[in-house]
Amino acid sequence: MAGLSFQDVTHRFGRRVAVDGLNIEIEAGEVVCLLGPSGCGKTTTLRLAAGLETLQEGRILIDNDVVAAPGAALPPERRHVGLIFQDYALFPHLSIIDNVAFGISRGQALADAQSALDKVGLGDRARSYPHMLSGGEQQRVALARALAPRPRVMLMDEPFSGLDVRLRDRVRDETLALLAATGAAVLLVTHDPEEAMRMADRIALMRSGRVVQLGTPYDLYNRPADAGAARFFAEANTIRARVGADGRVETPLGTLQAGGIAAGTPVEVLIRPHAIRPESGGQGVLARVIRARLLGADSLVEMSVGDDGMVVAARVAPPILPAGGAEMRLSLDLGQCFVFEDRGSGPK
Amino acid sequence: MGPRWLNGWSLLAVGLAVLFALPVLMVAVSALAPAGETWRHLSETVLPRYVVNTLVLMIGVGIGTAAIGVGTAWLVTMCEFPGRRLFEWALFLPMAVPAYVLAYAYTGLFDVAGPVQDLLRDVTGWSVRDYWFPDIRSMPGAIAMMVLVLFPYVYLLARAGFLEQSVCVLEIGRTLGCSPWGAFWRLGLPLARPAVVTGVSLALMEALGDFGTVQYFAVDTFTAGIFRTWLGLGDRVSAAHLAAMLLGAIAILMVAERMARGGARFHHTTTRYRPLTRLRLRPLAASGAWLTCALPILLGFLMPATALAVWALGEEGMAIGAFLTYARNTLVLAVPTAVLAVVLAVLLGYGRRLGLSRAGRVAIRVAAMGYAVPGAVIAVGVLVPVATFDNALDAWMREHFGLSTGLLLTGSVAAVIFAYLVRFLAVAFNTVEAGLDKVTPSMDAAARSLGRGPLDTLRRIHLPMMRASLFTAGLLVFVDVMKELPATLMMRPFNFDTLAVKAHELASDERLAEAALPSLAIVAVGVLPVILLSRAIGASRPGSASAAAGLPPDAA
Repeated sequence: MAGLSFQDVTHRFGRRVAVDGLNIEIEAGEVVCLLGPSGCGKTTTLRLAAGLETLQEGRILIDNDVVAAPGAALPPERRHVGLIFQDYALFPHLSIIDNVAFGISRGQALADAQSALDKVGLGDRARSYPHMLSGGEQQRVALARALAPRPRVMLMDEPFSGLDVRLRDRVRDETLALLAATGAAVLLVTHDPEEAMRMADRIALMRSGRVVQLGTPYDLYNRPADAGAARFFAEANTIRARVGADGRVETPLGTLQAGGIAAGTPVEVLIRPHAIRPESGGQGVLARVIRARLLGADSLVEMSVGDDGMVVAARVAPPILPAGGAEMRLSLDLGQCFVFEDRGSGPK
Repeated sequence: MGPRWLNGWSLLAVGLAVLFALPVLMVAVSALAPAGETWRHLSETVLPRYVVNTLVLMIGVGIGTAAIGVGTAWLVTMCEFPGRRLFEWALFLPMAVPAYVLAYAYTGLFDVAGPVQDLLRDVTGWSVRDYWFPDIRSMPGAIAMMVLVLFPYVYLLARAGFLEQSVCVLEIGRTLGCSPWGAFWRLGLPLARPAVVTGVSLALMEALGDFGTVQYFAVDTFTAGIFRTWLGLGDRVSAAHLAAMLLGAIAILMVAERMARGGARFHHTTTRYRPLTRLRLRPLAASGAWLTCALPILLGFLMPATALAVWALGEEGMAIGAFLTYARNTLVLAVPTAVLAVVLAVLLGYGRRLGLSRAGRVAIRVAAMGYAVPGAVIAVGVLVPVATFDNALDAWMREHFGLSTGLLLTGSVAAVIFAYLVRFLAVAFNTVEAGLDKVTPSMDAAARSLGRGPLDTLRRIHLPMMRASLFTAGLLVFVDVMKELPATLMMRPFNFDTLAVKAHELASDERLAEAALPSLAIVAVGVLPVILLSRAIGASRPGSASAAAGLPPDAA
């Protein structure tokens, strides 16, 4: 059963189209991340679901009930959605327990609020006030407050970006566990691909108000729909070329299958830095190291290849750290190389 | 946030705006009405005098407030000298004194029979005819009174302007070879210019609207002219003509302020702020700075307040019973006005937050414009339609029911409160808006998604969070109503004297000792918001949100 679904939703601010023909279904218990750069329409989508923006076109359903259609939208207070913001939006004048009890209309609000607080491990801070809590604790209170009324849908807008990097991973895992226990459909908005891959069952990659690709994190990373999608998850070396008569693309780093793109078509070849591997034998393409830097888990090696000395960047595992001017032999991991028709949108 | 609410709030905003814009529109429209014989007479005889006097007054007040306000602001923000921290807030104190109260105090002090000339005669042995003494009740006197109580507007905004400047800019200036004075003239002052312009124009609007001082000093300006034409000549059309001209002057001032500021909306090129390193003054310079800051406070607050206190406690002071009557009358007007203004401001502010139609947004701006309009103009604008309504109702009732309703609204408490609301709603609105800003939009969204409707959210989140702002807003309106003279004088119910009205009447009758107690009461209550203001400003730091909670509203 679909917990939350968007059907042909389009939203404009003045003449600017913020959301353009959006279709997404989120199952109960599923986590879907809206991922994209700022201004791609992901936050507008979330606000439409919450009822904070008035729907203009399309429909939004929660548990198969229409909550928003043009001219007939339930106000936010009647949608039973949980909402979490980057700034947590705790009510500063209410104690922690009163914050959590705020949305519970049932008789034993305080008891329910206390058990919600216990679940996030803050049962002993019930009488504190928001400003007395650390960032991580405030985030957990916001989560408890949103979950306390047992919403069928959870909407989260960059919920972890206010947290310290070291704290973030732990809070993400705890949050996921709590969300899984509720069985709510979760829509999480983020601009951080790593966060999306860590949290999501499925990712909806958005650009200019449209969903570019919707699928599992594995799909998006390994089978990107276009060059932009591929670049969004990881930097890549871009090589412009044409498909040969044999349906293959020649690059200074090697030859790739064009995957059915017609001969003669200009293409962009994206090669992730991890796809470039040093070879120890006499095999592979010859490259000259320009410079190398140790970055921790990887070494970043810039080198020139081919007759016209094209510069590419590779990430290789230490302890390889070649000196400038050294020669290396390279091969390609074809699973991390992608060929797309060149629409002139990528970097020149 | 559904369309139903949207319409409701927008309608409310538009309704209120129309209601509150009505008086100003009435004045503007009546200027188009054909003028009578009196007007021709007025325009030939006294009008040129009104124009010249008003201009001279504004030039004097503009220069005076700018000099004192900017000078003291620079000293307390950029220099270190003994007493600086005290001066920083004490320079707001003159704001608590209405110009007309200062005028009464100085007249009492410097009159022929006052203590100053008494002392002069005692010391020199001269008699009254042996010497020349400047007449305080003159144009220069009026300018001095207004400068002394209005310079804090410039001080307030210039100080904020200086504080907002990044120290880095000034320090770079010093390393590039500017002396401290050079840094002030070449960097500090130009950067603070928009703030200074706003401050001076606020002071000028107050000066344009002043009635008590010019009337008492017999300096014929527009406000004095409106009052005299209305009550003395009983010519409403001519009074409305004068009011419309004054309104035009205010409009020109507002546009000029916009233009002067608009071209110079400086963005700070750096966002780094550090506590100011103040220039430590040497003893001689420090004593000069000390005097520069102390004199305006002494002349604008300490001396008049002391004189009023001495007279109020003296045997000629007002009897306590009479005082209580006037105080009660003042409360009858000020308390309901303050409460209503806050309620309306909350409704408008919250409505704006929920999202208004374009008409609603425009309406709010219109409703909050009254503060720029002098009390005398608003009184004319309210009285004309109210009297028309009363007469029409009376005629209709007599025709159909044979009974006379007389003047139902004219001279009623309700009409006065309405006039006050027109004028002071902006004060409450700006303060309430600043308070609403403390509630982030995501808190609204969180409360709504947790199942609370808009009004429930207002009650449980916004109102508790902005209690302090609501109190400040109410207090500001209360004090403004208490000080307001011309509108009260023209509109109050028969035999209904407030503290301000009674002080004005007694002073006009040369009974300054009796006028002292009501005047002192006005000053004492007026000190309260000044304290709030200086505390709010002390708490704000450069780089953080401004201390808007206590600011006088930007009249635009």
